[in-house]
Amino acid sequence: MLKIENLHARVEGKEILKGLSLEVNAGEVHAIMGPNGAGKSTLGNVLSGRDGYEVTAGSVTYNGIDLLALAPEARAAAGVFLAFQYPVEIPGVNNTYFLRAALNAQRKVRGEKELDSMQFLKLVREKLKVMQISDELLHRAVNEGFSGGEKKRNEIFQMAVLEPQLAILDETDSGLDIDALKQVAQGVNTLRSPERAFLMITHYQRLLDYVVPDFVHVLAGGRIVESGDRSLALKLEAHGYAGIGASHPAVPHQAGAQA
Amino acid sequence: MNSMINDSSSATALRDNADVAEALGRSYSAGFITEIEMTGLPPGLDEGTIRAISAVKHEPEWMTEWRLQAYRHWLTMPKPDWAKLNIDPIDYQAISYYAAPKKQPKSLDEVDPALLETYEKLGVPLHERAALAGVAVDAVFDSVSVGTTFRKQLADAGVLFCSMSEAIREYPEIVQKYLGSVVPTGDNFFAALNSAVFSDGSFVFIPKGVRCPMELSTYFRINAQNTGQFERTLIVAEERAHVSYLEGCTAPKRDENQLHAAVVELVALEGAQIKYSTVQNWYPGDENGVGGIYNFVTKRGDCRGDDSKICWTQVETGSAITWKYPSVVLRGDRSVGEFYSVALTHHFQQADTGTKMIHIGKHTKSKIVSKGISAGRSSNSYRGLVKMEKGAEGARNYTQCDSLLIGKQCGAHTFPYMEVKNPTAIVEHEATTSKISDDQMFYCRARGIPEEDAVSMIVDGFCKQVFRELPMEFAVEAKKLLEVSLEGAVG
Repeated sequence: MLKIENLHARVEGKEILKGLSLEVNAGEVHAIMGPNGAGKSTLGNVLSGRDGYEVTAGSVTYNGIDLLALAPEARAAAGVFLAFQYPVEIPGVNNTYFLRAALNAQRKVRGEKELDSMQFLKLVREKLKVMQISDELLHRAVNEGFSGGEKKRNEIFQMAVLEPQLAILDETDSGLDIDALKQVAQGVNTLRSPERAFLMITHYQRLLDYVVPDFVHVLAGGRIVESGDRSLALKLEAHGYAGIGASHPAVPHQAGAQA
Repeated sequence: MNSMINDSSSATALRDNADVAEALGRSYSAGFITEIEMTGLPPGLDEGTIRAISAVKHEPEWMTEWRLQAYRHWLTMPKPDWAKLNIDPIDYQAISYYAAPKKQPKSLDEVDPALLETYEKLGVPLHERAALAGVAVDAVFDSVSVGTTFRKQLADAGVLFCSMSEAIREYPEIVQKYLGSVVPTGDNFFAALNSAVFSDGSFVFIPKGVRCPMELSTYFRINAQNTGQFERTLIVAEERAHVSYLEGCTAPKRDENQLHAAVVELVALEGAQIKYSTVQNWYPGDENGVGGIYNFVTKRGDCRGDDSKICWTQVETGSAITWKYPSVVLRGDRSVGEFYSVALTHHFQQADTGTKMIHIGKHTKSKIVSKGISAGRSSNSYRGLVKMEKGAEGARNYTQCDSLLIGKQCGAHTFPYMEVKNPTAIVEHEATTSKISDDQMFYCRARGIPEEDAVSMIVDGFCKQVFRELPMEFAVEAKKLLEVSLEGAVG
């Protein structure tokens, strides 16, 4: 589904990604871990098309198309979803209205019929039930006055409604207490399916106790320095990132410098 | 001002290239010119001009005298220059002060088809059967009213709704009692000019205890070249009467600036309520700042009786220059004044707008919510006065002023003035300035919402508090108007 090859990207003239390669197939859950400044959020932003992230080399192929050539809204319509690390407030814009506008904009691009208010409401009710989220969030403005936990839950709820093929979760676990974390994790687990892939960017392995990944990758110095299964995450927790970087021959100095 | 009611999802619909091209082409959809045989006065202004206007309207002598007095006073007045506006000098001798379609209809059935078509195109059908349910319309074309709908139904309820010219002839005692009682002839430079040369406008009288059975509206259209429009509107609500009134305005695209200097007077007696909503979409000039309407308007309401209420709601997207401060004089005890405003400026437009709340009576209350949106190289100023007079025991005001900037070359300014002479009065003022952030844009786009729709959505959210105050159909229209006005504001 997603093939990233030798990706190099710059932010404000500074090279952050330095030859990152990764392959994700439908149905898989990949965790991307790494120290601060390794390029984790940059990867999420590059994949979703944020301005200011300049790709200098490499390629990203998504379902056979060049993902980097698409505008952010076209990527969304193609099924790429980014759950924001810091969800943005849009004062005065009703959450339900926003979500319906997003869904219908995507559907229109895909040549699907737009949902009217009644159809949309029905869909929203179903999703609320599955996600075990109270409908109180729906009546408020997009993220306005939401607590940290509410914002993250709202991201997961949007994901449930938009039903992406590739979901990128950017530090969705950060700033959550254990109950909120469990709720978010449960939402993600509910959405796991053979057609859908997840890229979970996280700093801590805590989230992985609740959403068990198929693969764990360590991102350091702008590239993947080690890949493994879940046990890698546990090893990281026990020994920290320093050990990983130093033990890896491919990029010893970069990883070491980051640690 | 095209089709008024549409599924709201259209606001977020993706547009393909053809649609975008079309949308850009229709950026000012009311900019067409109506070919119709006109009659009028040649450009120029002196006492003869005023006598000629008065004569063509068959006005009584007192009216002519009233105009002449205003004119003589105007000659002595300096042009106001305190607003934050760049105005090229206006040559008052180059303007024609009266223009009207040649054929004067006796009733709606006789209105020239070209005129009917004009209003149809603007989304304001004058045929009663095609008209918006529950909205009566007075259509003013250049200097004259060309038709008023639903007059019979209104008359049955005791409501008088007609053109000002007619009111002067038919209801002279009411007009004489109230005209100029809120905005005196010498109030300010443009009000004095208006008093001298006003040609038409709407007149509304709601007798004691009557709730007007439908929304009333006036649709102003400037068509003729080199013509100023000077309309005069008077709304009187007697004791416990209620009325909701809306005005809409458009003009063709022309390269030269045209002057629109209106005066609106509202009088609310004891327990009466007047809600006055404006959707102003005069031609704003092109993207280089050429042409457009100079919109210099004096609007004032007088809460003359106890427990009366006047509410101004305005959505201002048009005009090259807007100079306008709808105000409320809170004379009656416990009277309430409200002002809700959205002012959007784009390209080279300038707006200096706001309100005045003059608290005289005890326990009077006022609320001001102003939303300014600036894009392009435009300049948008809020100017507001809250005055608590000596006797305004326990009076309260709350003001909220928010500015939204789109792009880097526009400006937003807030000039709040407060004068408090009563120690028990409470005045609150809050102001914010924000930008549509890159984060907000990216958040919308990452969810699949295209750029222009994202801007519309964010602006709409910003204006929500004001749109809520508009009658339903007009809220939809106002929203669409903002979308069209913002086209090309990003990127």
